[in-house]
Amino acid sequence: MGSLMERLRRMPLVWQIGLLALALLLPLPLNDYYRAVLWRTGIYAILGLSLNIIVGYAGLFQLGHAAFYALGAYTSALLNLHFDIPLVLTWPISILVAAFFGYLISRPILHLRGDYLCIVTIAFGEVVRLALVNNIFGITGGANGLSGIDQTVLFGLTLRTPLHHYYLVLFFLVLTLFAVRRLENSRLGRAWMYVREDETAAEAMGIDTTWAKLLAFVLGSGWAGLAGALYVARIPVVSPDLARFIESVVMFCIVVLGGTGSIPGVFVGTLGMITLPEIFRFLKTWRDAWMGVAMVAMMIARPEGLWPSRRIRMEIREKE
Amino acid sequence: MQQLLQQLINGITIGSFYALVALGYTMVYGVLKLINFAHGGLFMWGAYIGLTGLSVLLALLAQGGPGMIFPIAVIVIVTIAMVGVLIERIAYRPLRSAGRLAPVISALGMAFILESLARNIYGASWKTYPPGLVPAGRVALVGDVRISIMQVLVLTVSFLLMALLYLFVYRTRIGTAMRAVSLDHEVSRLMGIDVDGIIATVFLIGPGLGGLAGMIVALYYGSFDFTLGWIFGLKAFISAILGGIGNIPGAMLGGMMLGIIETLGAGYVSPQWKDVIAYMILILILIFRPTGLLGERVAEKL
Repeated sequence: MGSLMERLRRMPLVWQIGLLALALLLPLPLNDYYRAVLWRTGIYAILGLSLNIIVGYAGLFQLGHAAFYALGAYTSALLNLHFDIPLVLTWPISILVAAFFGYLISRPILHLRGDYLCIVTIAFGEVVRLALVNNIFGITGGANGLSGIDQTVLFGLTLRTPLHHYYLVLFFLVLTLFAVRRLENSRLGRAWMYVREDETAAEAMGIDTTWAKLLAFVLGSGWAGLAGALYVARIPVVSPDLARFIESVVMFCIVVLGGTGSIPGVFVGTLGMITLPEIFRFLKTWRDAWMGVAMVAMMIARPEGLWPSRRIRMEIREKE
Repeated sequence: MQQLLQQLINGITIGSFYALVALGYTMVYGVLKLINFAHGGLFMWGAYIGLTGLSVLLALLAQGGPGMIFPIAVIVIVTIAMVGVLIERIAYRPLRSAGRLAPVISALGMAFILESLARNIYGASWKTYPPGLVPAGRVALVGDVRISIMQVLVLTVSFLLMALLYLFVYRTRIGTAMRAVSLDHEVSRLMGIDVDGIIATVFLIGPGLGGLAGMIVALYYGSFDFTLGWIFGLKAFISAILGGIGNIPGAMLGGMMLGIIETLGAGYVSPQWKDVIAYMILILILIFRPTGLLGERVAEKL
């Protein structure tokens, strides 16, 4: 197993193409229900990768990520409903709006210590959700949300089936993967990890830590906005439930469960938090309890996550 | 003026609930530097166990009265305190040296378990406490400002418990040891303090108070469902942060403040926006006083 992994690691193109082929072929033998599950998995993988920038790379506690997901979804829905803008054209605006709010909320609070930052993000998430519930400016439709959003038309093709939407999400997932891989090894990525490990030392080395953290927040939030827009592309109804605290918790778990700061870890986390619970639907109301048991057991067995980045694993081992 | 006083009384009552729950968060945070997300679940279980206890006792005695609240409250405190210690033993102790994130996930997992158990055992519907346990009368304080007997009871119990806890933490040997552990585990161990024992004590007291608060809240409002833990837990946690997390008088102050702000917001601005007002004030306070109202000004550990 070990030597096989090692050999595969040396041939990145082989397994990358292999995985892509698998992702392309996987939904074909499945029915529409499981294709929709795969679609959901893709959406949450994008959300996980975006949150991973904030929590994993920059080491900032963000427990309000769902707010940006909801902001992206509502932006897309509102632009489509009020201005008849085709959904495809709303996507970049969704990203910008979510990123703008990411800037707005993070700018004054970046100097806060870990747990205080965490509570401000929770509070912000709740403010967004309650503002949506209370029908702010009379445009968000209150607790019922908005409905009657158009179908997505892409280059003249109307996306109707779960399969179409799966491929759309897959395209953006691959794009996201490419982007975060590049980010991880960039000057900025290394700056984030330095800030995460030791902020004071990073500052001494000439890294503008505030700027680095701000960029992590803005990029992560904006990308969550894209995930929200992709949600609207398939589900023509948005409601404040998108911004529930529990959604943020699930996203947070996706990042940490698989291994903070690790890209494969995000996929393992998504599998554990989204795909498997969907398959175990027959457990009905007991599902959450089992999920909780699995979360506790997994952390005790592997506190560094299931597929951690090598750097984080070394850190945790070192401490012991 | 009269309306303001009335609102203040209601606000302080709700604030004392937040304070009781916030104490559990703040004590655990003090010794473990962990946000114990399972605390809201324990609080909710206090409400459920109180419900079962009261129903059983009512069925046995055939006639209810305020006197039966006391023995049930003791049962609630003992049960929830034991569950709290158990959770620490199973889910947190193995993760002491595993960094900051792993225990948070473990705590969230425990919160899921507690909520799901309550939902499956008691059902998803709203539960109602037996009515008439506390006399419904109101007492006039000043002019037309009234305080209900329930409120008098709730406030007496909360303030008594908070005073006792304060004396315990600041005037006894165990309390001193507790404060030492929250400063530094290693050095406390060198000074001969049984660190594991102290942490277990914290998990006895915090959840015990939280469980009792659950029962009191359910008595006060009359009905609740399994989502009580998340909603109330979040508010109580915010109270703990407001006062400066890890700081026991801070948790009391933060709870009171949140309760009063919320009630005044509901009364003078709009009931729909009361939570938004509370959260906005929280964000503002943290921007200008990043360690809470009574928090010490310490730099993040290097």
